[in-house]
Amino acid sequence: MTIKETQDELISDFSFMENWMDKYEHIIQLGKELPLIDEKYKTPDNLIKGCQSQVWLHTELKDGKLYFTADSDAVITKGLVSLMVSVFSGHTPKEIAESEIYFIDAIGLSNHLSPTRSNGLLSMLKQIKIYALAYQAKSQSQTNGKEL
Amino acid sequence: MQHVPDITVPALDVEKIRRDFPLLQEKVYGIPLVYLDNAATTQKPQIVLDTLEYYYTRINSNVHRGVHHLSQEATNAYEQARKTIAAFLNANKPEEVIFTKGTTDGINLVANSFGRGFIKPGDVVLVSAMEHHSNIVPWQIMCEDRGAELKVIPMDQNGELIMDEFTALLNDKVKIIAVTYVSNALGTVNPVHDIIAQAHARNIPVLLDAAQAVQHMPVDVQELDIDFLVFSGHKIYGPTGIGILYGKEEWLNKLPPYQGGGDMIKTVTFAKTTYNVLPYKFEAGTPNMSGAVGLEAAIKYLQEIGIENIRQWEEQLVDYTISRLKELDGIRFIGNPKHRSGAVSFLVDNIHPYDLGELLDKQGVAIRTGHHCAEPVMDFFHIPGTVRASFAMYTNFEDIDRLVAATQKAAAMLR
Repeated sequence: MTIKETQDELISDFSFMENWMDKYEHIIQLGKELPLIDEKYKTPDNLIKGCQSQVWLHTELKDGKLYFTADSDAVITKGLVSLMVSVFSGHTPKEIAESEIYFIDAIGLSNHLSPTRSNGLLSMLKQIKIYALAYQAKSQSQTNGKEL
Repeated sequence: MQHVPDITVPALDVEKIRRDFPLLQEKVYGIPLVYLDNAATTQKPQIVLDTLEYYYTRINSNVHRGVHHLSQEATNAYEQARKTIAAFLNANKPEEVIFTKGTTDGINLVANSFGRGFIKPGDVVLVSAMEHHSNIVPWQIMCEDRGAELKVIPMDQNGELIMDEFTALLNDKVKIIAVTYVSNALGTVNPVHDIIAQAHARNIPVLLDAAQAVQHMPVDVQELDIDFLVFSGHKIYGPTGIGILYGKEEWLNKLPPYQGGGDMIKTVTFAKTTYNVLPYKFEAGTPNMSGAVGLEAAIKYLQEIGIENIRQWEEQLVDYTISRLKELDGIRFIGNPKHRSGAVSFLVDNIHPYDLGELLDKQGVAIRTGHHCAEPVMDFFHIPGTVRASFAMYTNFEDIDRLVAATQKAAAMLR
């Protein structure tokens, strides 16, 4: 699935839920499906800044694609991280860097989450994009290096 | 679920009181609001809103300046507010009541002026382990500036001050003690009479942070024999941006001014300025006049209900909250003080307070989560924060029942 298709699917899933308690139930459930970060990667470097609760994110490049593992000490946060990871994991740095992210607004998360949480979500989005750009730049310089 | 608690209901008609507060009639997410974040700020009764409107539509003008009619009216209203508040605190004179922006502003005033007037290198300032950041940081800044040392009265696992250690900390180096009357994070009511008596035996003045006290219990500055006492208007049903510093006249006269500007001066030349008398010496610039009359209206409203009635009512609310929350599996109270007022802090299992708070919010229950501007308290208990339910005169038993039911539901989802 493309990043766009995953987002559309998430939006559709959430649209069937009538109230916010149901949506939270779903978010908490998604948290349980989050690919957990290896304990050894729970380092200060992998902590996302700007989150009230602690969020660790680890990025790995395999066969030209980025895979994310993460964890948080708060359950709802973990669910939100899981949403993010499911959208981005398994895509190339270029796809991630160039993607347009609209599911957060479409689901209504930006309006309904507490400001500290939605800021945290935006910090995470920013961090994932920065990782993607960094990997993209790295692979470009390697390619350029070969050409020389 | 309507509980009929086994209590003696005092002379306080809570349903009538609730009708006086427009915001309590609101719904959030389509659900009637349960407002249990009163330690952060209280809602305002209609009379306070009407007074603010009256001030701006009928008498607004700058005080202590103009000879014109309106200026005189505004001055009278402002000074009348000071008298009402002085009587509320049982101050000896209205001049001992200084209008500030709030508790934080009042503490900054005293820390700054006291520091410049009385603190030398090597001196000691005492605060307690359960202070709000507002009663730590101004003293830290002053101590750094004056080369003095900030020492901390420790507390125990119940969230009570260890009084033997307090006594042991007292010596001739200690120049001022700043403690909270009631802990905002734990609800602990501190033994302030004992603290003041021991301090005065050594001629050490005491500042009381009464931000979480004046709205919950009778406070009499002469009976306490307190040197400085501060509180915020917005936590006692008044407007935001207004607060009170009470100071004994002899202390306020001895302290150098805090901020300079209009109204606080007697004469100004480029060579030398002489300062105005109390209380104006500490009220530089155009004061918050509407705030002062709004706060007066709030205090008169509270006096009509009766602070002793409020104290008794809220005591029952606190007891009921604790007994109902105890029904929940995994409940953990943060702070178990013998004397408690206004607030109950808790956690459920290892559920993150932010998770709990967010799901309570979505069920229409407004509580505070986090460190409550008291990070040292959270560090002491090794927790990221707490969920805090805090009460007001308009809180009823149904509010508590909804809190407990919502907490139960949230905990079940988060486990």
